[in-house]
Amino acid sequence: MSDFIYIYRNSPAAREANMGTPEARQKSMQRWMTWLRELEANGHLKSAGQPLDRDGKVARGNSRTITDGPFVEAKDVIGGYSIIQAKDLAEAAELAKGCPGLEDPDGSVEVRPVASM
Amino acid sequence: MTASLTRLFGVQNLALAEDVVQDAFCRALEVWRVRGVPPNPSAWLMTTARNRALDLIRRERTARTFAPELTRLLETEWTAAAVVEEAFSSDVVLGEQLRMMFSCCDPELAEPAQIALILNILCGFGAGEIAAAYLSGTAAIEKRIARGKKVLARSSTLFDLSDADFAARLSAVHRALYLLFSEGYHGASAHDTVRAELCDEAMRLAALLREHPATRTPATFAVSALMSFHAARLQSRVDASGELQALWEQDRSTWNRELIAQGELLLDHAARGDELTTYHIEAAIASVHCAASTIGETNWNAIVTMYDQLMLVAPSAVVALNRAIAIAQRDGPERGIEAIEAIEDRERLEAYPFLNAALGELERRRGHAAEARRYFTAALALARSDAERRYLEKRIRE
Repeated sequence: MSDFIYIYRNSPAAREANMGTPEARQKSMQRWMTWLRELEANGHLKSAGQPLDRDGKVARGNSRTITDGPFVEAKDVIGGYSIIQAKDLAEAAELAKGCPGLEDPDGSVEVRPVASM
Repeated sequence: MTASLTRLFGVQNLALAEDVVQDAFCRALEVWRVRGVPPNPSAWLMTTARNRALDLIRRERTARTFAPELTRLLETEWTAAAVVEEAFSSDVVLGEQLRMMFSCCDPELAEPAQIALILNILCGFGAGEIAAAYLSGTAAIEKRIARGKKVLARSSTLFDLSDADFAARLSAVHRALYLLFSEGYHGASAHDTVRAELCDEAMRLAALLREHPATRTPATFAVSALMSFHAARLQSRVDASGELQALWEQDRSTWNRELIAQGELLLDHAARGDELTTYHIEAAIASVHCAASTIGETNWNAIVTMYDQLMLVAPSAVVALNRAIAIAQRDGPERGIEAIEAIEDRERLEAYPFLNAALGELERRRGHAAEARRYFTAALALARSDAERRYLEKRIRE
């Protein structure tokens, strides 16, 4: 078993749709809970990680310039991360298909093996 | 509320759960004093406790371990709020209360400790109130509760409703609830309100057992039926001046028809199944009493037969004494006295005031006044409450 990180991305519009009203928010959380519970039950969840807030700043380059997050015009925003365990990259990618974030056309899950150096 | 919070925090954090509940009540007092009581106070309290629980989980999730099976889900903001929300949803609350009831009836705990825990955790009674109900010292009750909670904390998870020794635990729960009810019914406390509350709580918890498929057994219905029949007569056990009234003196028009009807319905449910418990038979006996509009119209023959049955299933000196009294009603005081003399382990009843009281009553009925007075005097020495004492003193004077 190796560790993989899931980086969840979504468009600001989809995020707004999911979290805008208390009802939508509750429905979305319910979906996430079902999914994370299933990962855990099958021994794949190493850490559920955390969702990330929308606001942000970016420190860039050797000039160390701080700018507001690139979120305003971005199509996809990182919404959070989890760390999971799977046999190999193929399995990890297969498991990612169940992510509730993928119910939105703009949603994506980036699956990256955690490198052992 | 405490049951739901304990579900989230884990039993090892029972004290923390109680703090949160306490805190919610304190806030309610502050806020309500300023803004008035909200339209739905219990929902307000639930929301307050829920928010407070979530705050606490966020703050302490790295420092503390909460319920082991929920730890992962509480660790992350993806799910923490949803898990807390779920723990407070009504069907989960029902499950948690049942689970807590089963946990309180841990075989490691003596019955009085089980009942004290149920009263404290599930009914929200303070140590002082429990002490008042049991005519016991507050310090002693506090100690009993503290010891009980230690036993609860040692078990890593709350009792699982699907556990293998579920049946044994369920019958312990029945016994504890019936004892709780009896404490209200015959109890030592002089305060009628305290006693009625104990009966109400026992009936409320029994109703919870009837709501869950796993605990909706014939025995659950039987114990519920028994409580309903007894509760129907609760008011008439004391007259207007607060004196105890024997069954034949009670004003039957004050018996609660609604509770009797409920008892009949529950007894009917209890009969669907192949389980026959002592609660079934006792409820059936109580049902015969409730069906009769006068003491003379009571079907004593049926009652004697049922006591015979009870002696086969669960023989005891107290059952034998009740059977003898029923025989006296059916066949006259002489037969009753013979039946009492024939009780095998009569010496076990020696500290029980009703043995002498029953003998006194039967002697009085067959015209032996001096004998009767002697028995009533002996019973008086054993009386356990002021009400019992006054009742017996009245008999001696007659």
